[in-house]
Amino acid sequence: MIGLTNGSLIALVALGYTMVYGVLRFINFAHGDLIMLSACLALSLVGPMGLVSTGQPPSLGTWIGIYALVIFCGLFCGLLSMVVDRLVYQPLRNAPPLAPLVSAIGVSLIAMNIGLFWIGAPDRSFPQPLPSENLLRFQEIQFTWNDLLVVLVVMPLIALAMALIRLTRFGKALRAVSEDRTAAALIGVDVNKVIRATFFLSGFLGGAASVVTGLSANTISYQMGFQTGFLAITASVLGGLGSLRGAVIGSFAVGLVGALSTAYVGERWANAFVFIVLLIVLVFRPEGLLGQRAREVS
Amino acid sequence: MSDVKNWFREHWEIFAFVALALAPFGVSSLRGALGGQVTILFIYCILALGLNVMVGYTGLLHLGIAAFFGIGAYTMAILTVPLFPFQMGWLAATVLSIAVAASIGFALGTPTLRLRGDTLAVVTLGFGEFVTASLRNLEQVTGGMKGLNPVPPPGAGVSIMNIDLGTAFVVDPRWFYFLTLSALAGVVWAMKRLENSRLGRAWVAVREDATAAASLGISATQTKLSAFAMSAAVAALAGCLYAAMLSTTADPNAYSFNRSIMILCAVILGGLGSVLGTLVGVTILVGFDTVILPWIDTLLQQLLNHSPEGVLSFGGWRLAMVGLVLVMVMRFRPEGLIPSRQLAAELRGGQQ
Repeated sequence: MIGLTNGSLIALVALGYTMVYGVLRFINFAHGDLIMLSACLALSLVGPMGLVSTGQPPSLGTWIGIYALVIFCGLFCGLLSMVVDRLVYQPLRNAPPLAPLVSAIGVSLIAMNIGLFWIGAPDRSFPQPLPSENLLRFQEIQFTWNDLLVVLVVMPLIALAMALIRLTRFGKALRAVSEDRTAAALIGVDVNKVIRATFFLSGFLGGAASVVTGLSANTISYQMGFQTGFLAITASVLGGLGSLRGAVIGSFAVGLVGALSTAYVGERWANAFVFIVLLIVLVFRPEGLLGQRAREVS
Repeated sequence: MSDVKNWFREHWEIFAFVALALAPFGVSSLRGALGGQVTILFIYCILALGLNVMVGYTGLLHLGIAAFFGIGAYTMAILTVPLFPFQMGWLAATVLSIAVAASIGFALGTPTLRLRGDTLAVVTLGFGEFVTASLRNLEQVTGGMKGLNPVPPPGAGVSIMNIDLGTAFVVDPRWFYFLTLSALAGVVWAMKRLENSRLGRAWVAVREDATAAASLGISATQTKLSAFAMSAAVAALAGCLYAAMLSTTADPNAYSFNRSIMILCAVILGGLGSVLGTLVGVTILVGFDTVILPWIDTLLQQLLNHSPEGVLSFGGWRLAMVGLVLVMVMRFRPEGLIPSRQLAAELRGGQQ
């Protein structure tokens, strides 16, 4: 169970990586740390919004508060991603492929430093408005309020994002730009607009993920961006960079591997096992599970 | 006149190394704490030159160089500390550690080198995590968070002209200074030779155009694999020196992603594919950390009459400043401060 909830949380972040990779062909290493900033914002807001640890089953007000927080942090992270793109990545559109990647590492260092001053160096505990009791009557399967939160917030968001890309005009444009940027521009797609919207969407999903991560992981720290990013990047590479369905499937795989290694070997080995699975998959499918056999992009 | 200039440009390293070798005799502070810092700087320079083989010459993004640094340091420690039965001499342990790291680089490279650049970068990132997780958790072998110690100094038990080398290394830090300096000189010499060798040119050819290189009979896989193994070996040499100098492997965080990123930043800041650039990049970043930041903070302290804290302290923004430098360098000088001439032409050409 924990594998599924973790997996869908990872998926929310991995979608952001894979979408941006799709349109710009670079791994946005700053994504995880922008999500960390959004988690800092969530931490600063939960108190004033009256979301505190009560131990009681959540009232309707608590749910509304959580949804409001998710949307607000989503907007914050989405706008932040757009601003970063405008200031840092956009001037580098025609630069060699290493340039935006290194800039992204630079942005992530800056974000970490801001987070450090925002919430301080030690881990901060996140209020738990949802109690941790098991909602199911039998004890074999754990299904807590936090799992319900994932079902009620994260899964609809993933479905919504997938539908947006599959069904709307923007989604069509995004897929066209991923396929071939020049050709898309030639048939009248406003490429820059699509890229901006992609950054907003990926940031929005990440911001929403930051709130749910805070609520379910209980602690946040200024260094959480790396762990968040590591699992999500691995998941999107596992599924095939640029493939949305691949990112989701890869995320569930990473979540499952993480949960299994936590259960049988210990949490401290989780990252190592995730890497081993990644290596094994890539040996047999270098393009990832659902990736296309793309040409080397020079 | 221009001949002299050209000769100097080709052989700047001779002057630099002669000056550095003479420095401890003239500058007395090099015998104390500063000497130790400079020695660490030399070790990072070696590490960065190792990374430069992958990222600079061959154009493969490597996000886990610190893992090989760690493999070198820990293999060295396992082969020498009293905890294990090997207790080899320094030289043999160093050679063996380098061989181990190179084989691990080879083993990691073999299945992964047909991956595309971005995917390969993520694999190296994951490998770094894998190695640090192993170093942290295999307590019986690596000592967990405490690390392994004591790593004996080079030449312990060997005496020349009635001087016990091991004791000499412990008593006078200049011995380590000279040891790392000569190792660095050796690596620099090897890199300059490699640049113009068959292998070095093959690396660049594969970076520039793998298809064209293949049509000239250069095997991209073998070339990349040799770059992988070479950078692992050089990084491991740095790791051996590091462990010997600190006489411990220190805790595994010394070999984490952050170290990899800092070294990568130094190489990119200085200039990809350029030996001098790499050395300058490392010196700037390390010097920034150990000299300039404390200096500015002291200056601020004098200005404000009290010690600046939190948001106001300059040193507190260290990460952000490094980040900002990276963003700015990529924006305005993507070839780095002292680029290799070839790469600069290519990058500038691409922009026009």
